[in-house]
Amino acid sequence: MSLNWLKKKDESASTGIFKQLKKGLSKTRQILSTDIDQLFAGSKKIDEGMLEELEALLITSDIGVRTTMELIERISIKSNQISDADELKKELKSEIKTFLMANPPPGKNIEGLRVIMVVGVNGVGKTTTIGKIAAKYTARGKKVLIVAADTFRAAATEQMMIWAERAGAEIVVRKAKTDPAAVVYDGVETAVSKKVDIVLIDTAGRLHTKINLMEELKKINRTISKKLTDAPQEILLVLDATTGQNALSQAKLFNDALGITGIALTKLDGTAKGGIVVGICRTLQIPLRYIGIGEKIDDLQDFDPALFTEALF
Amino acid sequence: MFEDLSEKLKFVFKKLKGHGKLSEKNIETGLKEVRMALLEADVHYKVAKKLVSDIKTRALGQEVMASLTPGQQVIKIVNEALTALMGSQHKGLQLSGTKPISIMLVGLQGSGKTTTAGKLSVLLRKEGRKPYLVPADVYRPAAIDQLRKLGEQLSVPIFPSNIEMDPVQICREARTAAQHEGCDTLLLDTAGRLHVNEELMGELSRIKDAVKPSDILLVADAMTGQDAVNIAQSFDRALDIGGVILTKMDSDARGGAAISIRSITNKPIKFIGVGEKLNALEPFYPDRMSSRILGMGDVLTMIEKAQEVVDEKAAAALQKKLRKNQFTLEDFRDQMVQIRKMGSFSELINMIPGMGNNKHLKNLKVDEKEFVGIEAAINSMTPQERRQHTIINGSRRKRIANGSGTSLQDVNKLLKNYAQVMKIMKKINKGGIHGIDRGMLPI
Ligand SMILES: Nc1nc2c(ncn2[C@@H]2O[C@H](COP(=O)(O)OP(=O)(O)O)[C@@H](O)[C@H]2O)c(=O)[nH]1
Ligand SMILES: [Mg+2]
Repeated sequence: MSLNWLKKKDESASTGIFKQLKKGLSKTRQILSTDIDQLFAGSKKIDEGMLEELEALLITSDIGVRTTMELIERISIKSNQISDADELKKELKSEIKTFLMANPPPGKNIEGLRVIMVVGVNGVGKTTTIGKIAAKYTARGKKVLIVAADTFRAAATEQMMIWAERAGAEIVVRKAKTDPAAVVYDGVETAVSKKVDIVLIDTAGRLHTKINLMEELKKINRTISKKLTDAPQEILLVLDATTGQNALSQAKLFNDALGITGIALTKLDGTAKGGIVVGICRTLQIPLRYIGIGEKIDDLQDFDPALFTEALF
Repeated sequence: MFEDLSEKLKFVFKKLKGHGKLSEKNIETGLKEVRMALLEADVHYKVAKKLVSDIKTRALGQEVMASLTPGQQVIKIVNEALTALMGSQHKGLQLSGTKPISIMLVGLQGSGKTTTAGKLSVLLRKEGRKPYLVPADVYRPAAIDQLRKLGEQLSVPIFPSNIEMDPVQICREARTAAQHEGCDTLLLDTAGRLHVNEELMGELSRIKDAVKPSDILLVADAMTGQDAVNIAQSFDRALDIGGVILTKMDSDARGGAAISIRSITNKPIKFIGVGEKLNALEPFYPDRMSSRILGMGDVLTMIEKAQEVVDEKAAAALQKKLRKNQFTLEDFRDQMVQIRKMGSFSELINMIPGMGNNKHLKNLKVDEKEFVGIEAAINSMTPQERRQHTIINGSRRKRIANGSGTSLQDVNKLLKNYAQVMKIMKKINKGGIHGIDRGMLPI
């Protein structure tokens, strides 16, 4: 029964983005929707056992104990109005959607030079995501400059240079171990003189618990603001969908240090569901901006809560 | 953000005063907390379920030890169950085979394989072996460069791979090259890949067949969530891995993935990565992991130590005194002697969850070296003074200082500390401070 339902949705949402997103999320959707269907194989009413299985589904999606309990509570309140899998799914989706949309719309204006600083822990996909974002903008005819401010990790600059070339973006690089704030200073200066539209700043990965490294990021942030009062217009936190509950700690601490304006969730092409973002969006009111669904240059989607939730089940 | 399990359990068992048997009814809520703690630590849902039922079986009908509260007793049982699962010993690298041998590093993108390869080369060299780094990631931009730079930095020879080469060919040719260089242990740094990518998983199998590595290590991020079971299972099925290295353990991640991975593969976690520096690799000790996963500070160590040292009857008597605020300077001294047997004072304070940051106790600042002086000073008091500290006026203080060879300042400080302890005790007896279980007070 739910297969028909899914097909219907598929037809109505015939955009390419949706198809690609679904491809990336197909595993998640398969697991979740088949399981929810199975939940109703025997009984009709929503009972304890069924809620427990639902709980299992949500928790194995990394949604987390707290958010799961909250969702289940909301569902169980409505439980006598829900009688089959489709309805339950619909209800669940709408709850998750409200959680994901409990976000303020993106702030500052799109006019003029836009500086986007990208941060996150080691290996989450910052450099790759920057390459993908750069490509999106250059495809729209924007002039993009990448600042390779990860001067710490071996060959990080070389990696960024390859992506800049793929994306058709310019790049500012300095010697390894140069103070990243100095690279950023030069980068912003170059951006102004070259009149680019978008500046993307790659920073070294760091654990959110390392105070001195977080201070380094704050310094980079201040350096940008000193050169350009309104900048950075965006501070993007990259989170890995494979990460469990710790992502919440990451989001909190990066947000405390810098004021995160958006999240990019990567590696959704695996079996990990990245459910933790539901709780992050809800508690921190930070919008999800992008999702990464592969290693290729066009494997990045603008996040759309409606599409995302639709594709989830 | 993660609350301590021990504190929650203390709260749960608050009503269960005194001692007795743990019954199904009275541990039910406690077990719920245990389950929550496991899930919040990213232990897989099913694994957590199984663990909780094991713990329940172990716990039912157990007598609560006199020196422990019911909550601590449950923690003890949880710990035993986790240790039973994780194994109790550290397992090192598998290095047997005709030289040169190979160690293969596999895992998802961004899990830390390349850095770990560098770290392992340092470790191997320390053990007298001659490592040879082999960059076999031809996909990620500049991945080969990254390992090459680490090799240069460490002066470890490295195979000159390039992105035109096939990873299987790289690994095969690297063996001969290593021999030429006089190296005996190859570290194969493979590209990160998703466990569902059949083509790339097939590539790993082909590398395995080609070089027959002595050890295959899955490099996994300690922050991994519920997906850890899928990842571990897929890599293990495809390659029959020899063990796991858990990276980024210097984060605040609870590391429940360790439990998930272990229970799904039954393969040991061999090392943990604890920093970005190339010597930040430590052997994994399974028994230390459970307290981290459960967020118990080192309450386990403390339970152990307490069991070793504190005579149960004495502890019960002390507990009674503490409850009635009849804790005298004499008791203070006796406890200090006990503490010295148990370890340093500050160590003990830090072991009690929630106490490490207690500002009252921080102000206490009992210096280890002062113990001797304190003991001497208390010994120089009259029995009445020890029982009733308020009568110790200026002249008595002078006398005590002279008699014990301490300074007046020392005596003043001692009395101040004692008064401070009494104040805390009163608060605790009113239930005011979290994290202290009555029987366990180190003071
Ligand atoms: N499968 C997949 N891999 C990704 C994605 N985003 C990044 N990666 C990979 O994750 C690894 C680490 O990425 P990188 O950009 O170097 O991370 P950084 O350390 O945060 O800059 C690389 O191997 C990337 O190819 C994604 O959306 N899906
Ligand atoms: Mg990077």
